[in-house]
Amino acid sequence: MATQQSRSAARLMMAPAVVLLMGWMLVPLIMTLFFSFKKYVPLRGDTIGNGLDWVGLQNYERFISSSSFWPSVQTTLIIVISVLLITIFLGVLLALLLDQPMWGQGVIRILVISPFFVMPTVSALVWKNMFMDPVNGILAHLWKFFGAEPIQWLSHESLPSIIMIVSWQWLPFATLILLTAIQSLDREQLEAAEMDGAQRLKRFWHIVLPHLSRAITIVILIQTIFLLSIFAEIFVTTGGAFGTKTLTYLIFQRVFDSQNIGLGSAGGVYAIILANIVAIFLMRIVGKNLDK
Amino acid sequence: MARAVTTKQKAINTAFALGVALLIFFPILWTILTSFKTEAQAINDPPIFFFFDWTLENYYAVQERSDYMKFLWNSIFIAGGSTLLGIIIAVPAAWSMAFVPSKRTKDILLWMLSTKMLPAVGVLYPIYLLFIELGLLDSRGGLAFVLMLINLPIMVWMLYTYFKEIPVDILEAARMDGASLRDEILYVLTPMAIPGIASTILLNIILAWNEAFWTLNLTAAKAAPLTQFIASYSSPEGLFFAKLSAASVMAIAPILVLGWFSQKQLVRGLTFGAVK
Amino acid sequence: MHLKKTLCAAIAASLFSVGTANADNLTIATVNNGDMIRMQGLTEDFTKKTGHTVEWVTLEENVLRQRVTTDITTKGGAFDIMTIGMYETPIWGKNGWLVPLNDLSEDYNAADILPAMAGGLSHDGTMYAAPFYGESSMIMYRTDLMEKAGMEMPDAPSWSFIAKAARAMTDRDAEINGICLRGKAGWGEGGAFITAMSNSFGARWFDENWNAQFDSREWSDTLNFFKNMMDDAGPAGFATNGFNENLSLFQQGKCGMWIDATVAASFVTNPKDSKVADSVGFALAPDNGLGKRSNWLWAWALGIPAGTQKEAAAKQFIEWATSNSYIELVAEKEGWANVPPGARTSLYENANYKDIPFAKMTLESILSADPNNSTVDPSPYVGVQFAAIPEFAGIATEVSQEFSAAYAGKQTVAEALEKAQAITNDAMEAAGYK
Repeated sequence: MATQQSRSAARLMMAPAVVLLMGWMLVPLIMTLFFSFKKYVPLRGDTIGNGLDWVGLQNYERFISSSSFWPSVQTTLIIVISVLLITIFLGVLLALLLDQPMWGQGVIRILVISPFFVMPTVSALVWKNMFMDPVNGILAHLWKFFGAEPIQWLSHESLPSIIMIVSWQWLPFATLILLTAIQSLDREQLEAAEMDGAQRLKRFWHIVLPHLSRAITIVILIQTIFLLSIFAEIFVTTGGAFGTKTLTYLIFQRVFDSQNIGLGSAGGVYAIILANIVAIFLMRIVGKNLDK
Repeated sequence: MARAVTTKQKAINTAFALGVALLIFFPILWTILTSFKTEAQAINDPPIFFFFDWTLENYYAVQERSDYMKFLWNSIFIAGGSTLLGIIIAVPAAWSMAFVPSKRTKDILLWMLSTKMLPAVGVLYPIYLLFIELGLLDSRGGLAFVLMLINLPIMVWMLYTYFKEIPVDILEAARMDGASLRDEILYVLTPMAIPGIASTILLNIILAWNEAFWTLNLTAAKAAPLTQFIASYSSPEGLFFAKLSAASVMAIAPILVLGWFSQKQLVRGLTFGAVK
Repeated sequence: MHLKKTLCAAIAASLFSVGTANADNLTIATVNNGDMIRMQGLTEDFTKKTGHTVEWVTLEENVLRQRVTTDITTKGGAFDIMTIGMYETPIWGKNGWLVPLNDLSEDYNAADILPAMAGGLSHDGTMYAAPFYGESSMIMYRTDLMEKAGMEMPDAPSWSFIAKAARAMTDRDAEINGICLRGKAGWGEGGAFITAMSNSFGARWFDENWNAQFDSREWSDTLNFFKNMMDDAGPAGFATNGFNENLSLFQQGKCGMWIDATVAASFVTNPKDSKVADSVGFALAPDNGLGKRSNWLWAWALGIPAGTQKEAAAKQFIEWATSNSYIELVAEKEGWANVPPGARTSLYENANYKDIPFAKMTLESILSADPNNSTVDPSPYVGVQFAAIPEFAGIATEVSQEFSAAYAGKQTVAEALEKAQAITNDAMEAAGYK
C-alpha cells in the first residue's frame, strides 16, 4: 500500500504534466471565451490595444444560426463514425490475416503500417492529384480500363473520398493495436475450441471478438480524438466544398476567410462543447472497458 | 507449435497477405515511382509502372528550389526536441499514476486526453498573440514546446498503460531481497519499462513530424520544418506530378525509414493497454 | 563593468556595420507561382548589388493568404515583405498596416507602372504595394481545333459565339473538351471567374445599398449559361478545376478554349511544358452585348508591413524586384516571353517584347478592365472579380462553394443562388452594412 510519503512524491512527479496541460488548456480557453463575447474583426481595425466592443451572445447566435452550422456538425460525425467503422472492420480482418503463419511477416507488416507515417498533407495531395483526378488520376485510368465512366471523386463522391483518404491513414494504427491484442489471445483456448469442432465464424464471434473488445475501445478512443480535428485532408482536397465542411473547417473559414475572430472563437467554444459531449460518451464506454 | 501448418497453406497466406499489403502500400509506392519519372511520363495515358527512363531530375529541381536540408534539420530538431521534452515530463507523471494510483488518477488521465480536443484553428489567434508577446514566433524551441504540449496527453496515456502492466509483485520481491529504491528503479523497473518508453518516443516523433497546422502557422523562414517545404509544392502553376512526388518522398522518407527500422519497437509498446 | 560592456557592444556594432555595410537579412513571404520561383533563383543578383540577404517563405496561395493575414492583423512581424494581391492591398493600406511606397527612387520610375495596376494597389492615391506582375483574363484557344470546327475566332467574341464554338470543338472520344473554365470553390478561383463573367451578363454582387443581388435574373442567367455550357463542352469534374488543373489540361491538348489569367499565355506557349505551344491563339474575354467584358484585373504585389525594422532594405528589394532592370535580367536569362508581365507601360513599348504573340492581347485586356466601374448597373464597391471590402473573401468563398456544389449537380442552380443570397445578406448584416 502506498504510504503518505510516496503519495506526495507521486503528486510531485505528476505536477509538471498537470500544470503545463492546465496552462495549455486554460490560457487559450480563457482568451477564446473572451474573444467570443467581443466584436473582433481585425480587418475593420479592431485591435486589442484599443479595446474590443462587447457584443454579448451575438457571436454565438450568429454562428449557430448560419446555414452551415448543423450540416457541419453532421459532416463531422459522419466522417468520424465512418472512419471508425471502416478502420475497425478492416483492421480486424487485417489483424487476423497478419496473425496467420506466413513468410516475410516483417516486410508485410512494414508495408501495411506505412501509411501511418505519411504526413496528412502529403497523403491528401497524393490522393487528390495522382489518384482521384478525374482525368489524370490512376483511378480514372482504372475505371476507363474496365470501360466505365471515371468517377469524379472529389466533387460527386466528396465525402466518401475524404473518408477513404482518412481511413487509409488510420487503418495501420487500428491494425497494429488489434494485431497485438490477437497475438495475446490464449492459443490453448482457441485450439480447444477447434478440437470441439466449433466453426471458424463461431470461434471468431465467441472467443476472438470478445477478447478484442478492449483493443477496439482503445482504437475508438484514440482515433476519435484525432479524427475530430482532421483538417489538412479537407483543406487540400475540397476546401470545404461539396458538403465536406466539418465543424473544424467551418471555424477555420470564420477565422481565416472572414477574419472574424469573435465569430470564430464562438465556433471554437461550440467545438469544445461538441468534443466534450463526444468525450463524455467515450469515457463512459472506455471507463467501463478499462476497469475490467 | 501445436498446430501443423502445411507449406501450401503458408504459401497461400503469404501470397494473400502480400497482395493486401501491396494494395495498402500502393499510394506510397506510386508516389516513389512517379518521383523518378519525367513530367510527361508521370501523366502518361495509360500509366507507366516500371518501364520508364528513371531520372533524378525532379530531385535536383526540388533541391535547387528549396534548401531541403534546412527544412529537414528543423523537422528533426522540432520532432526530436518535443519528444525529449515530452518524455522528461511524461515518464514521471505516468509512473506515479501507474504505481501510486489514487481515486482521481483516471479522472486526471481522461481530462488530459480531453485537452487534445481543443480545436487548433479556434485557438490559433490567442496562441499567435502569446507567441508574439513571448518572442517565440518562428523559433524552433517555441514550436517544440507547443508540439510537446499537444502530444503530452497521448504520451502520458501510452506510458501509463504500459507501466500498469508491470507486475508490482516483482517490486516487492526485490524489496524483500533488500534492494534500495534506486536499485529497484535502475535494475528492476527500467529494463521492463524500456520497450514502452521506446515506442512512446517513436509514436511521438511520428506525430510531431506530421503535425501541419502549428508548424505552418507559427513559423516563417528560420524554424520552418518539412510541412512548410511541402506547402510550397502543392498546387503550383501547372500540375507537376513528378516534382510533387519528389517533394513528397523527400518529406516523408526520413520518418518512413525510421518507422521501418524501428517497427519492432514501435509495435511492442503500441498497445495503449489493449492487451491485458 | 557596465562601461566595458557598452564599449564592447559599441565596438562590435561598429565593426559589424563596417564589415557588412549594414547588411540586413530580409524574410519574404511569397506565393509558389512560376514568376516568383524564378525571382527566388535570381536573388543572388540583389544580394550582389546591395549586400542584403534574403530568406524565402514560399507557400501555396491559400496557405500564404492565411499566413500573412494572421501575421499582419496581429502585428507579428514575422515577415519584412509580403506578397499580396489587389484585394488585400487597399484594405491593409487603409488600416495603416503597410508602409506607403510613395518615396521610391528616381531610377525606379514609378510613373511607368501601368495606371490600372498602381490604382488597384493604392488607397487614397498612395501606393501601398508595388506590382510584381499584373494580369487580366483572356481567351486562349487552339487555332487548329477552331479551324477544324470551321469557325473563326474574332478578336472580341461574345458569349454566344464562345458557347457555340465550345460545343462544336468538343470531341469526347478524342478527349477534347471545347472549353475549360474554373469551377473550383474559393473566392480567388471559381469565385473570381464567375464574378467577372457575371459582370458581362449585367449582374452585380450588391446594389447601392449593399443588398445582395443573387435573386436577380442576371445572376441566374450567368450561372445557368455557365453550367449548361460546361456540362456540354467542359471537362469531367470541372467543379474541382482551378487555374492549375485547367492549365495542365490545356497543355496536354485536352481543351479547345480556356479563359483565364493572361499570365498563363507564356505557359501554354512554352514548348517545354505544352504539347500545343505552336497552335495557341488569343482573344479578349467574351461579352454579352451589354458593354462590359468578362475579364478581371489582378496583380501580385510586394508590400512592406508597417513596423518592420528593415524598411530601407525592404524598399531596396521592392525596387529591385519590380524594376525595369529586373525585367531585363529575366529577359537575358530566360527570354522575353518569361519576363513578369502586366506591370509596366514601358514593357509594352519595348521592341523586343512586341514580337511576343500574347503581348498585345494582354495589354488590351488589362486596359479594358476598370475596377471602379466594373458592373453594368451601378455598384457601391471597387474591384472587378471581387469587392474590396474586408468581408468579401469570407462571403465569396462560401458563395462559391455553393456554386461549385451546383456545378457538380449536388444542388440546382436556383438552390445555390438562394443560399448565396442568404449567406451574403446575413454576413453583410452582421458586418453592419445594413
